[in-house]
Amino acid sequence: MSMKATLRQVDSVIVIDMSGRITLGEGCTQLRELVREQLGKGKRQLLLNLADITYIDSSGIGELVSAFTAVSNQGGQLKLLNLTKKVHDLLQITKLYTVFDIHDDEAKAIGAFEKAAGA
Amino acid sequence: MSPPPNMTAEASVIEVELASDLKNVEVAEQIARRVSGIVGFSEDDQHKIDMAVHESVINAIWHGNKNDPSKHVWLRFQMYSDRLEIRIRDQGNGYDPSKLPDPLADENLLNVSGRGIFLIRTFMDEFRVEGVAGGGTDVVLVKRLNCNNPAQSRRNEP
Repeated sequence: MSMKATLRQVDSVIVIDMSGRITLGEGCTQLRELVREQLGKGKRQLLLNLADITYIDSSGIGELVSAFTAVSNQGGQLKLLNLTKKVHDLLQITKLYTVFDIHDDEAKAIGAFEKAAGA
Repeated sequence: MSPPPNMTAEASVIEVELASDLKNVEVAEQIARRVSGIVGFSEDDQHKIDMAVHESVINAIWHGNKNDPSKHVWLRFQMYSDRLEIRIRDQGNGYDPSKLPDPLADENLLNVSGRGIFLIRTFMDEFRVEGVAGGGTDVVLVKRLNCNNPAQSRRNEP
């Protein structure tokens, strides 16, 4: 099963609801293209909802880092929402838990963007 | 290149030969998960073993066999009462894992790649890279059953 993603806009934030696998190959490529496409449209506030991500590997973690860097380099923000235990554990093991801004409540995550944007 | 010489049929051994195709990574994962379940590992450990095999097979296909579809990857799962040993063989020249950069170092934290071997080491009790006489590389992974886990130790009772 590969990765699926649906996009919706809440205020100024693009929420990307992702499901399936973010692994080397299709899943990573899809994520890269999604982020590139949004940045190309001038959307620089992205919230990745990982609630239904069933599997992520080292390449998938790298793709999240790449997305984070790409958005940050354009003056935007990328945040993560609803990590499963497996993804949470992987980000802790790899010390990336402190790099990403991680939320388990969508409204609060959106609010964090608004506050940051207005600061 | 021939299969590893010790790949004989034993009740405790499962051997698989895969073409160097990333589509086969999921096949390897599924076998790893099934075998680790049979040995008696917890769901959590099954996932760790599954991920270690996933990362190892990707390395074998991508780095070892250079994504050459004419090459193969061999997996050998040896099931013991107290552990699972997994050997993953490719047709590449191998590498020295001690020379890989530390993905947890501050300067490497935002690197896009370089976490696969680290995850394998974290998830397994043993990780070795061995050259194969005549060509090829074996990656050996060992995971021991945790005797402090009642669910696991019960399965080891005679």
